[in-house]
Amino acid sequence: MKTSTPSPAEITPPEVYARRREFLKTSIGAGLVAAGAVSPAPTFAAPRKFGDGASQRDYAGGEAPTPLQHVTGYNNFYEFGTDKADPARLAHRLKTAPWQLSLEGLVKKPVTLGIEEILQLAPLEERIYRLRCVEGWSMVIPWLGFPLDALLKRVEPLGSAKYVEFISAVQPETMPGVKGRVLDWPYVEGLRLDEARHPLTLLALGLYGEVLPKQNGAPLRLVVPWKYGFKSAKSLVAIRFTEHEPRSSWMKAAPREYGFYSNVNPAVDHPRWSQASERRIGEFRKRPTLLFNGYGDEVARLYSGMDLAKHF
Amino acid sequence: MPLAALKALTFLLCLLPLAWYGWGAWHDLLGANPVEAVTRGLGIWTLNFLLITLAVTPLRKLTGWYQALRLRRMLGLFVFFYATLHLTSYLWFDQFFDWGAIARDILKRPFITVGMAAFVLLIPLAATSSHFAIRQLGGRRWQALHRTVYVIAILAVLHYFWLVKADLAAPLLYGGILCGLLGLRVWWREQERREQLAGKYQPKNISRNSNRIIPILPER
Ligand code: HEM
Repeated sequence: MKTSTPSPAEITPPEVYARRREFLKTSIGAGLVAAGAVSPAPTFAAPRKFGDGASQRDYAGGEAPTPLQHVTGYNNFYEFGTDKADPARLAHRLKTAPWQLSLEGLVKKPVTLGIEEILQLAPLEERIYRLRCVEGWSMVIPWLGFPLDALLKRVEPLGSAKYVEFISAVQPETMPGVKGRVLDWPYVEGLRLDEARHPLTLLALGLYGEVLPKQNGAPLRLVVPWKYGFKSAKSLVAIRFTEHEPRSSWMKAAPREYGFYSNVNPAVDHPRWSQASERRIGEFRKRPTLLFNGYGDEVARLYSGMDLAKHF
Repeated sequence: MPLAALKALTFLLCLLPLAWYGWGAWHDLLGANPVEAVTRGLGIWTLNFLLITLAVTPLRKLTGWYQALRLRRMLGLFVFFYATLHLTSYLWFDQFFDWGAIARDILKRPFITVGMAAFVLLIPLAATSSHFAIRQLGGRRWQALHRTVYVIAILAVLHYFWLVKADLAAPLLYGGILCGLLGLRVWWREQERREQLAGKYQPKNISRNSNRIIPILPER
């Protein structure tokens, strides 16, 4: 919808404009890095980085972040293949501009937003979170983004909305993995509305001070640090508000093994392997896995009275 | 190629995978999760050597390359060698010798149970690989014992199927190759049975029986 007079929200403030230009520049930079054309070290004499000016907060107890080369070289992003080296090798093909995110379903004001509009919704924050993969490894990652709720508020969810479904991009021409039927495409994930609105739930647009590398789910993804990594859907194209619990791609693939909640829980094993411990990438010894990945103080109340073994 | 040279070459080739993982671990070439890469790599090579060993008889029959049979024992022992390393990497890097957790894993997780069963069944085969053992057991009993290799192979492929998360392509490929290798044997057996029924079977063929799986022992 175009109106002749721009509303105040449509006039880009200068700092957002600068950040948008930076997003475009660093998107190209990240693409080159992903393609292996240049090293991940800063490659252009940009006076400011995407994340400059972002507030910083450590949610990982002072642990050093996992080296960038591992964060961007060891990924599960099945759209590009099931080997963890596939995304780093192939995701540079992903077309991230233009990009549109549709907010739809049980909301008062459905809308489709471009990246620039999303960047205006809230100031960028750097948050260092632990990430625990269901496979038994983990990382510490400095994300750039803002609470997802800043986005969700904007469309005014209806009272009937109880869940939120997250839908990832399908680009058959750039994603070799979606031709196979390993999972049901598009990749779908879901959260309860109160989980989605929780202040720890992040909409991430960058990491390590730069825009998101494509293999990490550019241009924008979900980050839910107290759940197994696969809940944090990448390269989002739609967020849909629903009344009923969404069925995620992993629930469809193996309902006995992957439940809707998928909270990190050392006491509830995957049917085929233990979840009691994990190996932090870069470390030799394993360490005990923490309930809710160590974010219990913040999130345990969301599940009070629930049997976590039943609602796994 | 003289047999001794062929054996030496095979021996060196069989050590290459191990050399690669050693080199890769030392020079940090195994990616973000080297421990997992080593455990998995040793598992895959155990299975590779298992299938290579099972391919010896069909290869010999189809190509007439009789020397291949002389390599089979060494290949079989490499299966056991890599299986032992694979198991050790699990006991060490995955469980850090936490015997309670290991026992629970073996009892509770089908893919570990099945892998362990395959390993345990390999032990008597490795222990009876010498000419001395063949003589002690007698050809027939030795042959009956070593037929467990088919069970081991099926367990190994099952182990692989049960451990992958979603992408069944690789276990399916291995399963397909195993079906082919076992299928050929079933088919040959069936041919032989028909020949017998048709009265064409000549027992004197046994001496150069193409279906023989007992190694040809050197004369005493
Ligand atoms: C003849 C015996 C065995 C064979 C042929 C075998 C083969 C394999 C293969 C092919 C893989 C998959 C590698 C990949 O994904 O690329 C694997 C993984 C694995 N095997 Fe075995 N295996 C055997 C015995 C065992 C035993 C005895 C154990 C432990 C008690 C074991 C534990 C494991 C574990 C834990 C993995 C998964 C590693 C991971 O997910 O990181 N295996 N094995």
